[in-house]
Amino acid sequence: MAITIDEAVPVSATHDAPPERRRGGRGRMVVEVVLLTALAVAMLFPVLWMLETSIKENRDVYAVPAKFFGFDLTLAHYKDVFVAPGGGRSDLSGSFLNSVIVAGASTVLATVLGVPAAWAYSRFSMKAKKDQLFFILSTRFMPPVVVVIPIFLMYRSLGLIDSKLGLVLIYAAFNVPFTIWMMKGFVDEVPAEYEDAAMLDGYTRLQAFHKFTLPLLVPGIAATAVFALIFSWNEFVFAIFLTSSQEVRTAPPAIAGLIGGTTVDWGLVAASAVVFALPVLVFAYLVRKHLVAGVTLGAVRR
Amino acid sequence: MTTTKDHPVQEAHAAAPPAPGGSPRLSDRGLAVAFISPALLLLLGMSVFPLLWALYLSFTDYSATRDVPANFVGVENYTNILTSDQVHQRALTTLLYVVGAVTLQTVLGFAIAFLISRRTHGRGALTTMFLVPMMLSPVVVGLFWKFMLDAQFGVINSMLGSLGLGQVEWLTRQRTALISLIVVDTWQWTPFIMLIALAGLTAVPKYLYEAASIDRASEWFRFRHITLPMVWPLLLIAIMFRAIEAFRLFDLVYILTSGGPGVSTETLSFHVYKVAFLGFNTGTASAYGILMVLVVIVLAQFYLRYLNKLKEG
Repeated sequence: MAITIDEAVPVSATHDAPPERRRGGRGRMVVEVVLLTALAVAMLFPVLWMLETSIKENRDVYAVPAKFFGFDLTLAHYKDVFVAPGGGRSDLSGSFLNSVIVAGASTVLATVLGVPAAWAYSRFSMKAKKDQLFFILSTRFMPPVVVVIPIFLMYRSLGLIDSKLGLVLIYAAFNVPFTIWMMKGFVDEVPAEYEDAAMLDGYTRLQAFHKFTLPLLVPGIAATAVFALIFSWNEFVFAIFLTSSQEVRTAPPAIAGLIGGTTVDWGLVAASAVVFALPVLVFAYLVRKHLVAGVTLGAVRR
Repeated sequence: MTTTKDHPVQEAHAAAPPAPGGSPRLSDRGLAVAFISPALLLLLGMSVFPLLWALYLSFTDYSATRDVPANFVGVENYTNILTSDQVHQRALTTLLYVVGAVTLQTVLGFAIAFLISRRTHGRGALTTMFLVPMMLSPVVVGLFWKFMLDAQFGVINSMLGSLGLGQVEWLTRQRTALISLIVVDTWQWTPFIMLIALAGLTAVPKYLYEAASIDRASEWFRFRHITLPMVWPLLLIAIMFRAIEAFRLFDLVYILTSGGPGVSTETLSFHVYKVAFLGFNTGTASAYGILMVLVVIVLAQFYLRYLNKLKEG
């Protein structure tokens, strides 16, 4: 402390320092902005390249050296995503529909099971609550490739292999831990006194939850459901091992299947990847406030 | 009879101070059980039971394609795996990959977060832009990069070519394939570290910096003694989280390299898949899987305990 005060005292030093510091500060700021821009370009380039590829004529897609500008535009690849070559619906569009059904149903199931459990964990004291909560979250950390082996055998004997119901169940099981952890945070933010007051007015505990707490939780439930939806939508490992037929197959394995052959139609791959990723980005933008909690499975809250 | 008996009880209940008018049908305890058990049942059925089954299978020579009942073989599967050179090599590949990817992500992610936190304008827009890769499905990311890294018409080689550099066969050479994998994973998950580091950085109270500038502390001193200690706990959570995720990684390998060339990018996850679904040695694969689950449980315990400590502290 004493040293710093001594240093600050000389008039010349305080007089000379500011302009120099400002000049140094500006130079540094320029460097920082340039660095940040370079990193942003590096991060966004692959996305832009995919967008560009999806609207390029085929011969420009395979052009060497790559054409960054001045290529011929076409929407044919997007048409191919939805329309089969001979007319009618394409296989890919069917897979997209399956994805909507599976992701939607599993999200509803996870929310219906998870929200009440989160409320109960938040409100009531119970034995080994912390251990229960940690156990619940740790099921989410299991490697999917390992879990899928017994699940595969189990589904085979239950007749759930290659069925939408099977996928919905396993996705719901993977989203329930997330829903409970995420929602417990939201429930904790609603004072328990609201329910106590309602119960003094003669409501039962259940009615108090339903009439007073639940409406306040709606934004939180929406955000949590959106994350569950994104997780299910993006999931690949279970989808590829537990389904095989075109009627059940969801979009991720279907898109990955496009690169199986000897020649790859990269324009089509790009277009379907864009169609697949767009809803996720829109949804992620809607829940951007909760991203930190969402991507850490509700473990970290700002 | 019953009604007359019930009545006074109910009234007494209604008069009790903690919960007047409280439902006589459903006590708090009953409500808690009713609300929690469906979720727990789903978890037991879809996570715990399958793992117990895998545990049983891991002591047998069961194969999913043969119609022969499983024979009990004791710990043979486990000893085979733990002494197998193949598995040791996969473990080394996985370790290289996890350490490489997580280190790169941490350095880059923290750097970006630090740079963003020093900007006063457009922070929100910048953050949103940087977050795009993280939200994409590994399938989409894998395909994006497989196309860009293509040796013939990939854009990366094209750019290298216009810079006068040679072409690289990114995904088909032993050494570059693992590097490519690390680069792609880093591209996707740097935003994750960035997001959490940014949350930590913006939470550092302003007065600390003000006090430091009154003391004329150097930039480095401020960074070393204020910024880093404040952000480190959150950053460590992000790192542990990423390490667990990287250890489990399967989809990116599957899409990008399928473990090749040779076995140079075959991680433990990918090897389990090959043993289980290509070799159909279900018993061995189950033992392998159980061992991986043990590793994950240990890592997750560290993570959760640390998280718990942080929340209470």
